Amino acid sequence: MWQVYALAILMIVGSLVAVHTRYLLSAVISLAVVGLALCVAFLYLQAPDCAITQIVVEVLALIILIRATGVERDMTEIKDKKEIFAYEAVGIFIIAFAFFAFRALSYLPEFGHPVMKVSQEYIRKGLEQTGSANLVTSVLLDFRAYDTLGEATVLFTAILGAIIVLREVGRKKK
Amino acid sequence: MNPLKNAEKGMTIIVKTIAKFIVPPIILFGVYMILHGHLTPGGGFPGGVIMASAFILLTLAFGKEVASQKLRRSTASLLESTGALIFLSLALLGIVVGGWFFLNFLPKGHPLKILSAGFIPLANIGIGIKVGGGIFAVFLTLAIFRVFPKK
Repeated sequence: MWQVYALAILMIVGSLVAVHTRYLLSAVISLAVVGLALCVAFLYLQAPDCAITQIVVEVLALIILIRATGVERDMTEIKDKKEIFAYEAVGIFIIAFAFFAFRALSYLPEFGHPVMKVSQEYIRKGLEQTGSANLVTSVLLDFRAYDTLGEATVLFTAILGAIIVLREVGRKKK
Repeated sequence: MNPLKNAEKGMTIIVKTIAKFIVPPIILFGVYMILHGHLTPGGGFPGGVIMASAFILLTLAFGKEVASQKLRRSTASLLESTGALIFLSLALLGIVVGGWFFLNFLPKGHPLKILSAGFIPLANIGIGIKVGGGIFAVFLTLAIFRVFPKK
């Protein structure tokens, strides 16, 4: 289990570097480190479906961020002064969050031992009710197919919006 | 037109040669992942993204003109809409056949066979077409549109 915690620390370091680095390309690469560490963490937690989706989407997002948005040409440094107030606000929020979350977190079930009744029913009856050997697919496309339909609608709308906003045809010439 | 000879567009000849060999296995792997989504880890979403990534590799290696000859953006948008309609019509067919939205109306078959799990493989195919076409269309849109003006 210590590997997962090490990967979580690596992800936190990667996100901090992505936020605080001066170069846009370094920020994108650090973001990719976060995603790949999450993928390996999924493998340690025995979730190959999530790992496959994570690595495929992460690589694609990295390509789009580097190539399509022109990060490799935008190497300008960020020259603003560092804001002291932001660090103070973050510190105050972390202290407040830890104070209020301490009691709630102590009541959580042990890591890896869920107490969910519904999912246990899915695991027991998934194969005989849907005939799908992959339990994740049987949950995604049979038990929770509404969820998948909504997710597909969200993706469709997002792609539609991107294509409409960034269109070439019908744009007014300046 | 042989894309390998056209040296101006895209990347170097090393990248082009490797891409020419590796694009068909990537598409095959995407098809495998979609068709075996109900048996092994994977499914429609990662399979579709893998197939889209093969075309994105073509775009990066050979330039967007060659990739647009293989799969145009309007075709990719059409594929996305078709996949979404396949998924939605499967859900609506449940109402027609059995009275419930998203009813798994096809026979379950024998577990661990490729023809099993009712309409789940068909839904996986629909989602794979939808995600693959959509991701490639949005990549082409983002790659053609230039946020930063050329100097």
